[in-house]
Amino acid sequence: MDVYSHDILLVGGGGAGLRAAIAAAELNPALKIAVVSKVYPMRSHTVSAEGGAAGVAKPGDTLDEHAYDTISGGDWLTDQDAVEAFVKEAPQELLRLEHWGCPWSREPDGHVAVRAFGGMKKMRTWFAADKTGFHMLHTLFQTSLKYTTITRYDEWFVTRLLVDAGRVQGVVAIELMSGRIAAIMAKAIILCTGGCGRVFPFTTNASIKTGDGMALAYRAGAPLKDMEFVQYHPTGLPFTGILITEAARAEGGYLLNKDGYRYLQDYNLGTPQPKPVLRSMELGPRDRLSQAFVKEAEKGRTLEGPYGDFVHLDLRHLGEKLIDLKIPFVRELCLKYENIDPVKELIPVRPVVHYMMGGVHTDINGATSLPGLFAAGEVACVSINGANRLGSNSLPELLVFGARAGTSAAAFASQKDGATLAALLQAQDEKRSLETLLGKTDGTERIATLREEMQKIMEKSVGIYRTGPSLEEAGSKLAELQDRFKRVAIDDHSQTFNTNLITALELSFMLEVAASMVECAKKRTESRGAHQRSDFPKRDDQNFLAHSMVMRKPDGTAEVQYLPVTITRWPPGERVYGQPAEQAAKG
Amino acid sequence: MADNIQLDVARYSPERDDSPSFQSYTVPLRKDWVVLDALNYVKDKIDGSVTFRWSCRMGVCGSCGMMVNGKPKLTCATFLSSYAPGPVRVEPLRYFPVVRDLVVEMSDFMTKFRKVKPWLVRKQEKPISEGEYLQTPQQLEHYKQFSMCINCTLCYAACPVYGLDPFFVGPAAIAMAQRYNLDSRDQGAEERMDILAQHEGIWGCTFVGECTKACPKNVDPAGSIQQYKLTAAMHWFKNLLMPRASK
Repeated sequence: MDVYSHDILLVGGGGAGLRAAIAAAELNPALKIAVVSKVYPMRSHTVSAEGGAAGVAKPGDTLDEHAYDTISGGDWLTDQDAVEAFVKEAPQELLRLEHWGCPWSREPDGHVAVRAFGGMKKMRTWFAADKTGFHMLHTLFQTSLKYTTITRYDEWFVTRLLVDAGRVQGVVAIELMSGRIAAIMAKAIILCTGGCGRVFPFTTNASIKTGDGMALAYRAGAPLKDMEFVQYHPTGLPFTGILITEAARAEGGYLLNKDGYRYLQDYNLGTPQPKPVLRSMELGPRDRLSQAFVKEAEKGRTLEGPYGDFVHLDLRHLGEKLIDLKIPFVRELCLKYENIDPVKELIPVRPVVHYMMGGVHTDINGATSLPGLFAAGEVACVSINGANRLGSNSLPELLVFGARAGTSAAAFASQKDGATLAALLQAQDEKRSLETLLGKTDGTERIATLREEMQKIMEKSVGIYRTGPSLEEAGSKLAELQDRFKRVAIDDHSQTFNTNLITALELSFMLEVAASMVECAKKRTESRGAHQRSDFPKRDDQNFLAHSMVMRKPDGTAEVQYLPVTITRWPPGERVYGQPAEQAAKG
Repeated sequence: MADNIQLDVARYSPERDDSPSFQSYTVPLRKDWVVLDALNYVKDKIDGSVTFRWSCRMGVCGSCGMMVNGKPKLTCATFLSSYAPGPVRVEPLRYFPVVRDLVVEMSDFMTKFRKVKPWLVRKQEKPISEGEYLQTPQQLEHYKQFSMCINCTLCYAACPVYGLDPFFVGPAAIAMAQRYNLDSRDQGAEERMDILAQHEGIWGCTFVGECTKACPKNVDPAGSIQQYKLTAAMHWFKNLLMPRASK
């Protein structure tokens, strides 16, 4: 078995992974750094982020206001020390990207421009038209090519973390091109694999978002945190789940029900104005907008299509010029995928799964509970997002905490010893079990069937609203699917670029992650942010001002414990948007 | 519209086959399905061994480029119904070595891409504390188009020069060099000039413009190549006129 070794190994080559790799490379040019990714790094899902990246940049805005918006937006489940570090470092990180060539949109005088975004009281969202994630990822990837100390394993799929002597020592990975299975050892490993939106049927997430890093860490004994908090983005295209960026609403788009009525006014989100008002109506937070959609559907005031209920996003009044200047990708996506021109027509939209607030538990420096293992970006939960992430906080998050994780891992890697024999033996074990799976010819359960059944139960029972019984049902269904997965059918026994095998392994990761979500959701008998229990509709700070920490027991079942939220300067308050917020502010 | 359409998929396994062949599948012809949906239908329901790359399904990750009825296309942005009544022929991107089925070997492109130094070159870095490099919307507009490249390599599959001369650095890499050359913040044009001028590739381009036609993001690599030729010629001419210091 081939064994490679490095000082620092990044698992995942998206925004967080590349930022971490560059941070480590800049800090210590002697470090041998490697990035392993199941796709070429510029294919990573950061590429799909559209609207922007928040960072205080303009006079009249303050770090405290960005912190407050983030904390209240997260329904006080955010760790405030982490948020304070985040808002302070975000502007510097965004500037660093500017220095690396990111084509940020500009003011006429040449300064970086900012736009409004949902849940943000001030304009502080930097943007590169509406392809912000694309430009950030390509800037990071292209910049990373400068560093000769960064080695890449492109199109390698990690199947297991190797843990011995109380620390993480490496991974087992398959090279897609050749089918070769190798151990890649490192003194420090940083997981940057992103989220797991593919656990659900309707999602903005790319096909690669299968929770790999979450499952790898969970199986290796690291706790996951706040897994019940799943963000629905209120405006996805119905069939494809393609994201229509929040920037469309920030630029002045309206959400209309079947009668052409701006229904958000009925849900404590303010009164409609012709121009967008910050933290109000269409610029309310994502959880509240997605919940309003469900209530509106229950009243029978949404439209019905082949892929379920939908409402309309109206951009027509913005005019062709503004649409082409500020949100050209929205027009391109609508034209290409829905055959609709938003300059003249209404866009059908529905809430679609978008982002995981939860993830691998880390401290403020990206360290997980397992020595040697770090995590950053969507795979991680620091937590700055709490119970609901504000739009345009995830891109700066992956920069700030990517850089922090890279720096911590660099410090860790300079002290530690090499791999132990036991870790290498684990690698041999893993190789044998992968070979067994590849050679399996007696499977009866189709991968796609199991995956569809998982997605269906997650949407039905672990969606925008959940109840005790719905979660019980999801739990037993997932257990059934786990069992059926043992009889999974492998159609492809080839060594060369075997995507069938990879899809099976991804499904197994997703089943693991889905079960952890259900366990956390079951035990949290309150409603907070994106976790809405119809049977427990109130927030309960007495019992649940705490993070869910879910551990995997040796028998594969989950155990949930709680970790108190860190409060520094903002005691829990009521989350208000629209006019009540303005009145509250006036005192 | 008919209920079904025939999909002819190029199959090749280096472990099993001497050369590629076609396999036909019948797939539902749905109005909102793209060619990629049809491939996924085959993989999920009929034959899990059909091999192709894909990820975002929204035309921005650049993974799913293939030849569809002989033309390089992003299969996620190509409606199946445009090919009705069929059949639809799907093959790997032309001019690239085939790894398996619809998957091509990308490393040649990746090497060339890096070679043009696709990053911002500064003689001196300004500290972050001093803020951003100012850039007006007009200056941004100057290179913006070339920054839209998603590295899907459809332009290579469309480029007859690359087909004849695999050493040609190719459309996307040249467009990327221009993306930085034209950026008001960049100071690396000279270095890139040396790299690009080393190889006759750029002069081999006869401005057929197939790359620009194939580009799904309107990057206009052919335009970048013509611009570059002009700059390179001027550069060469200037060097010729200037007195040379003795070596």
